[in-house]
Amino acid sequence: MSMSLLLVQILNGLQLGVLLFLIAAGLTLVFGVMDFINLAHGVQYMLGAYLAVMFYAVTGSTFLALVFALLAALAFGLFLEFAVFRHLYERDHLDQVIATFGIILFLNQAVKYVWGAAPLSLPIPEFFSGSIVLLPGLAYPIWRLVIIVSGLAVALFLYVLVNRTRLGMLVRAGANNAPMVSALGVNIRRLFMVVFGFGTMLAGFAGIMIAPILSVEPGMGDTILILAFVVIVIGGIGSIRGAFVAALLIGLADTLGRSYSVDILRLVMAPSPARTVGPAIASMLIYLMMAIVLYFRPTGLFPTKGR
Amino acid sequence: MTQLSAPAPLPPYRDSILVHEILPIAIFLAFALLPVAAAFGAETYLLGLFMRVMIFAIAALGLDLLVGYGALISFGHAAFIGIGAYAVGILASHGIGEASISLPVALAAATLFAYLTGAICLRTRGVYFIMITLAFGQMAFFFASSLAPYGGDDGLTIHARNTIFGFSPFKYERLFYYIVLGCLAGCYLLCRALVVSRFGRVFRGARENATRMATLGFEIHRYQLAAYAISGALGGLAGFLLANATDFISPAYMSWQRSGELIIMIIFGGLGTLHGAIIGTLAFLLLGEWLSGLTEHWKMILGPLLVLIVLLARGGLLGLAAQVAAWWRRETIHSISDFTWTFGRLVRSLASSIGERLSFNGIKFAIQLFWSRIRG
Amino acid sequence: MAEPVLRLEALNKSFGGLTVTSNVTFEVAAGELHAVIGPNGAGKTTLINQISGLIVPDSGRIFFSGCDVTALSAPRRAALGLARTFQITSILPAFSVIENVALAVQARIGSSFRFFGRASAEEALNTPAMVALAEVGLADRADVLAGHLSHGEKRALELAIALAMKPKLLLLDEPMAGAGREESKRLITALSRLKGRFPMLLVEHDMTAVFALADRISVLIYGQILTSGTPDAVRADPQVIAAYLGEEME
Repeated sequence: MSMSLLLVQILNGLQLGVLLFLIAAGLTLVFGVMDFINLAHGVQYMLGAYLAVMFYAVTGSTFLALVFALLAALAFGLFLEFAVFRHLYERDHLDQVIATFGIILFLNQAVKYVWGAAPLSLPIPEFFSGSIVLLPGLAYPIWRLVIIVSGLAVALFLYVLVNRTRLGMLVRAGANNAPMVSALGVNIRRLFMVVFGFGTMLAGFAGIMIAPILSVEPGMGDTILILAFVVIVIGGIGSIRGAFVAALLIGLADTLGRSYSVDILRLVMAPSPARTVGPAIASMLIYLMMAIVLYFRPTGLFPTKGR
Repeated sequence: MTQLSAPAPLPPYRDSILVHEILPIAIFLAFALLPVAAAFGAETYLLGLFMRVMIFAIAALGLDLLVGYGALISFGHAAFIGIGAYAVGILASHGIGEASISLPVALAAATLFAYLTGAICLRTRGVYFIMITLAFGQMAFFFASSLAPYGGDDGLTIHARNTIFGFSPFKYERLFYYIVLGCLAGCYLLCRALVVSRFGRVFRGARENATRMATLGFEIHRYQLAAYAISGALGGLAGFLLANATDFISPAYMSWQRSGELIIMIIFGGLGTLHGAIIGTLAFLLLGEWLSGLTEHWKMILGPLLVLIVLLARGGLLGLAAQVAAWWRRETIHSISDFTWTFGRLVRSLASSIGERLSFNGIKFAIQLFWSRIRG
Repeated sequence: MAEPVLRLEALNKSFGGLTVTSNVTFEVAAGELHAVIGPNGAGKTTLINQISGLIVPDSGRIFFSGCDVTALSAPRRAALGLARTFQITSILPAFSVIENVALAVQARIGSSFRFFGRASAEEALNTPAMVALAEVGLADRADVLAGHLSHGEKRALELAIALAMKPKLLLLDEPMAGAGREESKRLITALSRLKGRFPMLLVEHDMTAVFALADRISVLIYGQILTSGTPDAVRADPQVIAAYLGEEME
């Protein structure tokens, strides 16, 4: 078990964590403020990636592609909000689950229809390609570092926005008691739209950032969506701080778990069963974590209110 | 206590005899007669399709118990089906193909999983409950995917279907079909009995007003856990039958998309009516078959359809049918009663004038008496 | 001196920085109707919720029929004979009137883990339910959906549900709240008929009802018990008049 391998895996875990945070932040905000379960958040992430690929094909510049994709993702998200989601805010969670599930089915298929089922790829922007040597014998891809840094920057930005600005105060109040905020004269519809747009942009941004590294294919949003839900449930629905902590926790646990499960198990059992049990436990690890957290804290680590 | 935000109001058609007694009989009759009709057409295909419908309907019944009667939205229900199927597959790969072993193991495994995960899930409420059931479903999915000796991601083919005490009824499609039908009927009757029993009343009451139930003396989570375990068992039975029907087990049986589809099936038909779950499963699977025949991108049609159903057709097919029935009652029966009234007036005035012509007060009196009897 | 049916010992409860129950100690003697009065915000409902088990106190103890029930959940306390009504009527609207009461009977009789047999047809449950309904005058509305009852009838139903539990103590959380004069009079008559059958703890704002029914009164101000005593003593107590009654008794 080499030190540099461990460091690489920790950085990978951070990268996954930051990605999860970007997606979970929007999800937890939307849920916290509007009490809206948005299963379609994952396809928002997927769309970000696809739009980045598309705009790159059109413009030839990765930078422009990123910018346009972000704007397009925001526009599409707002369109979805206007056309479908705002009719669902008043409905019970079951209806929201079914409707957004329908949106997932539709968009996963639509993406296959428009771009085909084969995975697509996007080159890493010139400036950030290649690796950088962090320590002797440890080279780490620059783009992954960019993801980590930009994710942390977004986290900081969100922290300032939510805790230090008036808009953030409204969002926090809305997450605590939306009807009351509305009764106090705040245009709750517009607040909802802003919150939703923000969340959508974050998810799209995550998809755009990951596109150069992962293969862009239909259904890529689904697994990450489930992970994001695990994040917000562990973190506490409506809490961005909780999403941040939980996202990093899960990113690290999942990455390190997968890398070292077999080794750790070899400490207590023979190599052969360890090699079969290890990956099994690794894949279940975060769900076990969630079960344990919810057993002791049924509303997550940082609950925002008695919901 | 687990309770969601205000449960949807109960649909008014609940008490109708037509819906409660005749419709289920009609459904089961239709299922029973299908093989006869199928003999004239694509028998294997139709039998296979409807058998799949019935198998998923068994799981859907269990889910309807939870969602429709208990407002416990379980988003990991497919896991129970998968566990039942894997029990069959794993035992088969070790040479054990006897149903009298596989079935109890499948049921026990699914029920145990339901009991253990339910004990944790039911400590949460609302969306946390949905998420944690989803997570446990995912856990089962990933666990199955990592079982390399049993096929892992690709799944495992089962080379011989279960035998029952040495006999192989599952080898004969028609016999298998009727066995599945019998299972479905049995599960349906079981669920119906459950719902009106003392247990069912407490369980339904917990959905209405958990606080009130607690202050009456009921430990709600015990009842919810029992219902969760029972629905898990039903899923396990469905899994057992599915493994035998498809000769194949795969982690895909437990994917969250499958769990989502199960929820859609019970919504399609109408929540909280049990036979609605069966109708919904039938409608959903048939719709899928039809649409996938039209285009490979059929999910692009299904997706918006679901959204529309949620937005417009609350109460699913049965709700829609009830609305149509109410309209029919209002329009048609009023027309019929208008008609009889007018006809009656006509007869009466005719009779009176005949009576006057004949000056038979007696006849006139008799006719008026007769008429007043009818109207009275 | 018979064992008091309810004894509260130094009960404390705070929500964040707000102390809602402060060192509350009092008793409800066997057979008496004990009223708790106090201005809005005094913490009356929180007190009832702690007694019935819906809220866990920060410290202190609750004794019911001599047993320490502080650690028991609400269902366990109900099973011991603690019944309550809610300030905002809490019934099962989608069930029929008789089913609402039959459920209370079912809870008392036990063995609810029966999976077969139509519960709504069981005489063993329906007969005692009808008796309770007759007591509150709802016998002829037995098959109506509880959600379709008028406000006053729903209150009567809650009382019937409590009666069906054959309680050892009945907690009444502001039963007069939202009731008009006629309804209040009917409720007072009904409650005075029930006096003596079992002890009651009546949390109430309506002074007419309190002085008509109570054997003893405790006054709750800002989460603390100011004094406990007979209605006459409380009415004359200068502290109480200054803090509360002075504004109320017009």
